[in-house]
Amino acid sequence: MTAGQQIERWRLALLSLAGTAVFFGSWQAVAGSGLVSKFVLPSPAEVIVAGVSMMSEPFAGDTIQGHVLASLGRWAAGFAIAAGIGIPTGLAMGHWRVLDAILSPIFEGYRYIAPLAWVPFAALWFGTGIGGPIMVIFTGAFAPCLLNAYRGAHQVERHLTEAARTLGAGGVRVMLEVLLPGALPSVISGLRVGAGLGWQSLIGAELIVVSSGIGYVLVQGQSNLAPEIVIAAMLAVGLVGLLIDVVLRSVESRIRRRWGQ
Amino acid sequence: MSDIEFVSISKTFPRGGAVFTALDGVSLKIPDKEFVAIVGPSGCGKTTLMRMVAGLEAPSSGVVRVGGRAVNGPGADRAVVFQQFALFPWKTVRENIAFGLKCKGMSRAERDELALHFIDLMGLSGTEENYPHQLSGGMQQRVAIARSYAIEPEVLLMDEPFGSLDAQTRILMQEELIRISRVNPRTVLFITHAVEEAVYLADRVVVLARSPGRIVEIADTRPTRQAEGWDKVASEEVMEMPGFGHLRAHIWRLLRQQMQLPAREKNKDRKT
Repeated sequence: MTAGQQIERWRLALLSLAGTAVFFGSWQAVAGSGLVSKFVLPSPAEVIVAGVSMMSEPFAGDTIQGHVLASLGRWAAGFAIAAGIGIPTGLAMGHWRVLDAILSPIFEGYRYIAPLAWVPFAALWFGTGIGGPIMVIFTGAFAPCLLNAYRGAHQVERHLTEAARTLGAGGVRVMLEVLLPGALPSVISGLRVGAGLGWQSLIGAELIVVSSGIGYVLVQGQSNLAPEIVIAAMLAVGLVGLLIDVVLRSVESRIRRRWGQ
Repeated sequence: MSDIEFVSISKTFPRGGAVFTALDGVSLKIPDKEFVAIVGPSGCGKTTLMRMVAGLEAPSSGVVRVGGRAVNGPGADRAVVFQQFALFPWKTVRENIAFGLKCKGMSRAERDELALHFIDLMGLSGTEENYPHQLSGGMQQRVAIARSYAIEPEVLLMDEPFGSLDAQTRILMQEELIRISRVNPRTVLFITHAVEEAVYLADRVVVLARSPGRIVEIADTRPTRQAEGWDKVASEEVMEMPGFGHLRAHIWRLLRQQMQLPAREKNKDRKT
């Protein structure tokens, strides 16, 4: 990196910092000015106090870490099912035209239904059990997992699958050793998008069908007239989402580097 | 026994409301362990013929038999070397070569031993743990050839395997192929548009015409090859021998006629 690029990077980092500072500064100024009630907009300081105190004092049945873990558990289960079904289906659809023709119309209709539209059914089928939110996460994460695997498999060069078949590979081996690695960069992008959408859908589901988790904290904060708890929970949602994305991004770039792309 | 037999092969495609005939009544027998090259102008269907033996395409009519059995899908008894090498970019040289052995269900130790044997035979020692993108084009094609030989196929199908290599590498690879096929004789079907390469490598050269693809002539190089002792000297010396020159010129003349001939009426809309 040249000295010029180094300076440019610092300048951009400084601008990001300035933007964040102005945002929180204005928020503090408005909340502290006395013009709005603290029940409409609590100050950042109050939010931080609420967040920190929830770490030791249970709210709505658990500490904030406990709620985050409950949400993460559901998210991981729904996301794993979505990836486990979506990726192989997408790869197979991308490679075998017959399967593509059979499944495409159903999928094209499905992918425009918002994950939250499944909440009534989740409640109907699973009540307040663990199944409901998992199903909603699944509906959010499934489409990106499938779609990116499908696109990735499409891009795998035909002569690679042909070479594998002439070397004696069967359908499963072609899928695992040619289509999956060939489509992997695209599959990982799909996982990233799916993870994000699944996480967002989860919070929506938890507003309605469960009695623990970070979404439940949001609802309880609202009914207890504690907006600082609502905002603290929103921040937790954002931070965990960001963390998931950062981890998957680093996996993605490692894979791309290794294959010289 | 692994002879190849084409029995009145035709291939037609629908094109713009009409029917395009790519291959028209091609019949050819390739005895066990013979090296046959097919030359012809682009669009004559030579690659299609090879893909039919590989089981990657089916004829519209006629039948392709290998070792007396009709071809029905790909199989490890017929290995293909593709022009684009078709190496798995996410596998190392050793893993690429061992892939077919893995498909056969060999243990890790067995397949590594066999893979190393072919790595050695193809002059690839030292590159075992490299990925394909770290190798030159010539080296990549060596890996592809080693991968095909490693599964010990009855039939070796090569689709312009040296077409994307530079001229010098190409000549070295041709000599290498002659050497390997002495150690490991196989029935070989070699597709190329380079006349010199076909004459130098093959026992028989099949000349195809296009629009529609059909056999014009089959030239046997073996009498001249033995009389002039091609396999005992370097390729540049072979190229200067009178018998070689005659064969090359003869096949060139046939191809030139093909290229100057107007396409047959029913295929005149063909662009390539």
